[in-house]
Amino acid sequence: MYESVIGLEVHVQLSTLSKIFSGSSTSFGASPNTQASLIDLGMPGVLPTPNAKVFEMAVKFGLAIEAKIGKTSVFDRKNYFYPDLPKGYQITQLDAPIVGLGHVNITLEDGTTKRINITRAHLEEDAGKSLHNSFDRLTGIDLNRAGTPLLEIVSEPELRSAKEAVAYLRVIHSIIRYLDISDGNMAEGSMRCDCNVSIRPQGSKILGTRTEIKNVNSFRFVEKAINSEINRQIDSIEDGQQIIQETRLYDPDKNETRPMRSKEEANDYRYFPDPDLLPVVLSDAFITSCRNSLPELPESRKARYMEAYGISQYDAGVLVADRDVADYFAEIAETSGDGKLSANWVMGNVLADLNQTGRSISEFPVEANDIASLIIRIKDKTLNSKTAKTVFEALLSGEGSVDSIIKERGLVQVTDTGALRSVVDTVIENNPHQVTNYRVAAPDKQGKMLGFFVGQVMKISQGKANPQMVNQILLDKLSG
Amino acid sequence: MSLSGADIQCVAKLARLRLTEAETTSTLSQLNSILTMIDSMQAVITEGVAPLAHPLELTQVLRIDEVTEENAREAYQMTAPAIKDGLYLVPRVVE
Repeated sequence: MYESVIGLEVHVQLSTLSKIFSGSSTSFGASPNTQASLIDLGMPGVLPTPNAKVFEMAVKFGLAIEAKIGKTSVFDRKNYFYPDLPKGYQITQLDAPIVGLGHVNITLEDGTTKRINITRAHLEEDAGKSLHNSFDRLTGIDLNRAGTPLLEIVSEPELRSAKEAVAYLRVIHSIIRYLDISDGNMAEGSMRCDCNVSIRPQGSKILGTRTEIKNVNSFRFVEKAINSEINRQIDSIEDGQQIIQETRLYDPDKNETRPMRSKEEANDYRYFPDPDLLPVVLSDAFITSCRNSLPELPESRKARYMEAYGISQYDAGVLVADRDVADYFAEIAETSGDGKLSANWVMGNVLADLNQTGRSISEFPVEANDIASLIIRIKDKTLNSKTAKTVFEALLSGEGSVDSIIKERGLVQVTDTGALRSVVDTVIENNPHQVTNYRVAAPDKQGKMLGFFVGQVMKISQGKANPQMVNQILLDKLSG
Repeated sequence: MSLSGADIQCVAKLARLRLTEAETTSTLSQLNSILTMIDSMQAVITEGVAPLAHPLELTQVLRIDEVTEENAREAYQMTAPAIKDGLYLVPRVVE
């Protein structure tokens, strides 16, 4: 049996207006090279000036993961040649990163919590983009992204499965979104993930040779890429081969990893302190002001929601993962006064719609207030679960408020005993055969058979009958 | 510590420099003399001394986060050997 050992390096683009060392815009999707200044182009004679905002963002992240903050932060040059890196070096941090050892908690599938240590997080600049496919034997270079601020977050190799890696990545995503330091959009590359993977015999303390899967760009691919790499390594070892330390790429179409063409001696980056930049010293007052501006973080919000709204740990975890969803849920729960029902509606209907359509909660067409009104109408028995669903669909297609939809569509639940009795009588009359079968059936079979009659009553009442009352009347009449 | 000719070739390759035989020899002797000087500096006791990241005893001034650069692509690309659709063109690099 093998055990996998996984560590993640997560690159997060910080959502500043301007770049880390220049006053160029960082906005996404601009025409190529229109946001690349002389500094970003690596022209001789220019000097980088760091953006104050990136230190605030990085310190907030450090405080959120309870890390040691590097009060003196030094920038280094990492030297390598690639056309989308015009200076021939990347400005990064080697020995004196802004964020030191910290940790986060992840929730495992069995509901238990595991602490994952974060070795460090450092500031660096992003490179430009190389476009290989548009030109014959040439590569196009767009340097708009060059100099965009990145926070690289490095975990300890403490993750033991692809699922744990994804859980960790989701926690990081949730924290950066709560802190509002990045949009965390993996599809647009605002959050990218390198996965270091090795395997070893279960129980062994020695680390196996690791490979690094570069630039995986979705939660789903992180899980699939790691699993396919674990399987590849197991197959190689079982075949008596050695694992080579190398960088690999994940191909989602084939669901396999393959080696990147190795750059010779590429790992000799010859780091040295950047002489263009002085050490950045952060005052205690600055760190305190960052601490004072920290928002409530996902873990504490989760505990608060469990307490305030009486919902389960699992439900709370799902609801607080995204700050906007958490706010949306809280508004519904407060207005409707029913936490559990609000949780069920948000998870079962709202989040289901977001998953299906791929839209975010801010793009969702139904206001929290409308879902709350819907829940109030379920609680006062105007709606049953079936008609509530109809109202929800009508809200989605913009048919007005809950009460006007109920009125226009005539969805008020029938709770008039006389009316329900007469419907039940009709159903019993029309189905003599089923009635006889029901009456001779064993008591433990009858429950299931009752469903048939309930279904018939609901059909005649067009879904508007109160199901609890229908059940009671049916039980009375069928036993008689 | 002293370097060999192979070390010089390796460093030159990383720096994208093409050195002739003669240049390799002279660079080797220059770098070795620098290393000899560093060897003698190793005798200094540095225990308890923090590494110096910069010779100036100053700290970095920061800039507020605002966009101050305007698009000057046309001017910047005048010196580029090859451009198309706003992109710089370079010999194909494939990963």
